[in-house]
Amino acid sequence: MLPPYASLPERLWHHALHGLTGLILLFLVLPILVIIPLSFNADSFLMYPMSGWSLRWYEEVVASPAWRRAIANSLIVSPAATLIAMALGTLAAIGLVRANFRGKALLTAILISPMVVPVVIVAVALYIAFAPLGLTGSYLGLILAHAVLGVPFVVTTVSATLQGFDFNLVRAAASLGAGPLTTFFRVTLPQVAPGVIAGGLFAFATSFDEVVVTLFLASPEQATLPRQMFSGIRENISPAIAAVATILIILSTLMLLTLEGLRRRNERLRGVRPV
Amino acid sequence: MTTALDSLDAAALSGTPLRRQLRRAERRRTLWLLALIAPLALFVLASFIVPIASLLGRAVDNPEIHHTLPDTVATLGDWSGEGLPDAVAFAALARELAQVKGTPAIAEISKRLNRERPGSRSVVMRTARGLPLAEGADARAALIALDPAWGEAETWRVLERAGRPYTAFYLLAALDRSTDAEGRVVALPPEEAIYLDVLGRTFTMSLVVTLVCLVLGFPLAYRMATLPVRHANTLMILVLLPFWTSVLVRVAAWIVILQNEGLANQFLMWTGLTDTPQRLLFNRFGVYVAMVHILLPFMVLPLYSVMKGIPPVYLRAAVSLGCPPFRSFWKIYFPLTLPGIGAGCLLVFIVCMGYYITPALLGGPGDQMISYFIAFYTNQAVNWGMAAALSAVLLTATLVLYAIYSRYLGGNAAGQVR
Repeated sequence: MLPPYASLPERLWHHALHGLTGLILLFLVLPILVIIPLSFNADSFLMYPMSGWSLRWYEEVVASPAWRRAIANSLIVSPAATLIAMALGTLAAIGLVRANFRGKALLTAILISPMVVPVVIVAVALYIAFAPLGLTGSYLGLILAHAVLGVPFVVTTVSATLQGFDFNLVRAAASLGAGPLTTFFRVTLPQVAPGVIAGGLFAFATSFDEVVVTLFLASPEQATLPRQMFSGIRENISPAIAAVATILIILSTLMLLTLEGLRRRNERLRGVRPV
Repeated sequence: MTTALDSLDAAALSGTPLRRQLRRAERRRTLWLLALIAPLALFVLASFIVPIASLLGRAVDNPEIHHTLPDTVATLGDWSGEGLPDAVAFAALARELAQVKGTPAIAEISKRLNRERPGSRSVVMRTARGLPLAEGADARAALIALDPAWGEAETWRVLERAGRPYTAFYLLAALDRSTDAEGRVVALPPEEAIYLDVLGRTFTMSLVVTLVCLVLGFPLAYRMATLPVRHANTLMILVLLPFWTSVLVRVAAWIVILQNEGLANQFLMWTGLTDTPQRLLFNRFGVYVAMVHILLPFMVLPLYSVMKGIPPVYLRAAVSLGCPPFRSFWKIYFPLTLPGIGAGCLLVFIVCMGYYITPALLGGPGDQMISYFIAFYTNQAVNWGMAAALSAVLLTATLVLYAIYSRYLGGNAAGQVR
């Protein structure tokens, strides 16, 4: 905020900064907004000005076997990969936060590494490794690959949440006679659930937007939504792409708002807890 | 502590010293925790680490000749490299080539030899056509009659080099180097050299995108850090929305905007800056715009988190002590943001280097980065050695930068992701 005693150059600078950041935000958001109206275009060009409004491109997406298959494939592969990443990642994060052993840093680095290695290298490596096992062109191979890519997000997010978790609660549960499983499901999990959900959302978003590994591993039969968009953009770009894009934008907005809600809830809970 | 435990030991009535019980309990706890980590560790090992390691192994692996012509390779092991090898080598080659004649293996051998020395393919093919030799024929004379190249020591040296189990050929080729007849590392002639150019382009493009992101991200992060939290959160949602939107959606959006009849050109013509549509797509400009758009949040997030932690009283103190506002910004505030700048720049640069989709969809042939060539050698040229060598180069660069990032700039990437 500008203090009342600010000098003229300071005022100018202040307003210039406002204008500049406004333009930068416009640069970030405008492209995403621009594509939404075009999905309702009446003619078959992906450009302005539009000739009229219609829902024909949504109808086309819903009616087209290729798009339907792509949507179905994404709804098979991403949730399955997310579940694997969430289950294995949460358990490992609990172990990593609580245990102390030699090589822990190295192990953590290895578990995080799928996030760091360039995705093309992952794609080529998995393609060459999976081909002799018959895992290329199969749902299983694609799900395993997407799960590996999602694992680091679950591990890091759940670990971060566990930093604020009081493990005395686990001891208290154990001393009151709860077994390890009961303790996990009734004490630990509810406490770290926001972290698990957030990590899962990251893993889901990663898989749901994944195209490079899918390009290498999937046969046309397993083409996911991003894979179908990739060939759509490459071969014939039509407002059908805009229709799919609009659906994806709505989906990512929902995911973002869920995360924001989780974050606020977390802040609120931390706020009440005396430090 | 020890004495206390010792006395407890002495007082232990159960028979097992307390210290040992404690140690056993600790060990059991660690094992139990390791058992929690084990499933994920095994999963990542099997479906990530092992495939990556075996891919990198292919960068030096040299199986074609070694597997198909084992006896020839073995006899060449005793050869000095001067003059022609002895008759045993000729006989072994004639026999082994005759065995694989007409199988896919012969195509692999000639492809491999051709890579080592152009023109070798026809030598192998011509020779194989004349095989097998008649019973009791002189292999040396027969082979040289089939193709005079077998009478040159250089041909055999190439065969010997290509027959070793490991080769630096691909890694050298990835850096536009090869070995000459004496085994020295030499630069490839300019017309064959392409990868240093590709590497340079990858670095230049990553650098440009990183700098533009910094120039755009710094004021935005600064603005967010100086706003009250509630407003800052609203701006944060605007930054995160594109971050969460599919990369392909954003690529499609930029095609809509930058195409010849797109909004950008309509705007340019409306302002009178140009009369004819400018080419903004399928060139370097389009790639830069889309990449900056995709990577800007990666710059804003670490910058914002660092700036958020700088108490505003520092600046006020400097101003109240008589330092002019701009000078105090530069001398006090800016140096405090350096960790954020470092983290943001390294993060953007690292992600940039591995980019494949955006240049592939929005760039021309001259705008493809190293990832494109890795994909090309895997899918189209089916030269996995070359794909592996280029992967090794890219992975090395990435890991070195990531090591710097995590060593000096704030632990793992977890904090940066959100």
